[in-house]
Amino acid sequence: MALATLADREVHVDEEGFMTEYDEWDEEMAKALAANIGIELTEAHWAAIKFLREDYKANGVTPTLRRVTNEGGIPTKELFTLFPKKPAKKMAYIAGVPKPAGCV
Amino acid sequence: MTSVTETAPVPSFGDEEETDRKLVIICSKGSLDMAYPGLVLANAALGEGVETHLFFTFWGFDMITKKTMGHLKFSPIGNPATHMPNAVMGLPGMTSFATFMMKKQIEGLEIPEVPEFLDLITDAGGHLWACRMSADMMHVGEEDLYERVEGIINASDFIEIAEGAQTLFI
Repeated sequence: MALATLADREVHVDEEGFMTEYDEWDEEMAKALAANIGIELTEAHWAAIKFLREDYKANGVTPTLRRVTNEGGIPTKELFTLFPKKPAKKMAYIAGVPKPAGCV
Repeated sequence: MTSVTETAPVPSFGDEEETDRKLVIICSKGSLDMAYPGLVLANAALGEGVETHLFFTFWGFDMITKKTMGHLKFSPIGNPATHMPNAVMGLPGMTSFATFMMKKQIEGLEIPEVPEFLDLITDAGGHLWACRMSADMMHVGEEDLYERVEGIINASDFIEIAEGAQTLFI
């Protein structure tokens, strides 16, 4: 865990580059993080990111894809389109929450 | 703005590497406890962007047969990992009880039941195949199978699909 510069601000990130302080994140950060991995955020992306943020805040755990689908109402197929190949990790990265820990 | 800190690292999501990694899982068991390893791994592989195929054969057919897929059972008989004597595990009603307990634990971990798990896997782009010989032996046709099974295929077709894949037999 170390300080690093992101979108012209100093924030805490882990060795991979995931933000580690929930409250240092804001929408500008999200845009910068998304741009880092070649994603331009649309309304649909924001819906997923906001669900991740809220659910993490409420439960202290990053929701799994299944949860984003069942509770967040975003179909799994759509998640794979919005965040190609590795949706769970990419969403978590942009939303400034940890990678999901569970197996499913 | 000048900053003393370095630019944050960007995680590698493997987007830049063109990967032809492929996973094939042969599911040959129809008990609840043996259905999950394949499903969990398939789901994980898809979440990592790996092309994934599941091939169901013999008892594994129970995982994709409409009539049975939601009712797989766990039998504790002859399973030393239950740490209970067989004489006890063989008592009437024990399979239902053990199945009930296992399902409760799985649900507690927010892991879906088999039919929903297959929905999830296919939504994530996974491919499901049924074995021709098993279908013939069990007199099962496509109409009896979970609708997202892409086809009943023979052993040679399977070998073609599995070309270049990492293969797991469960």
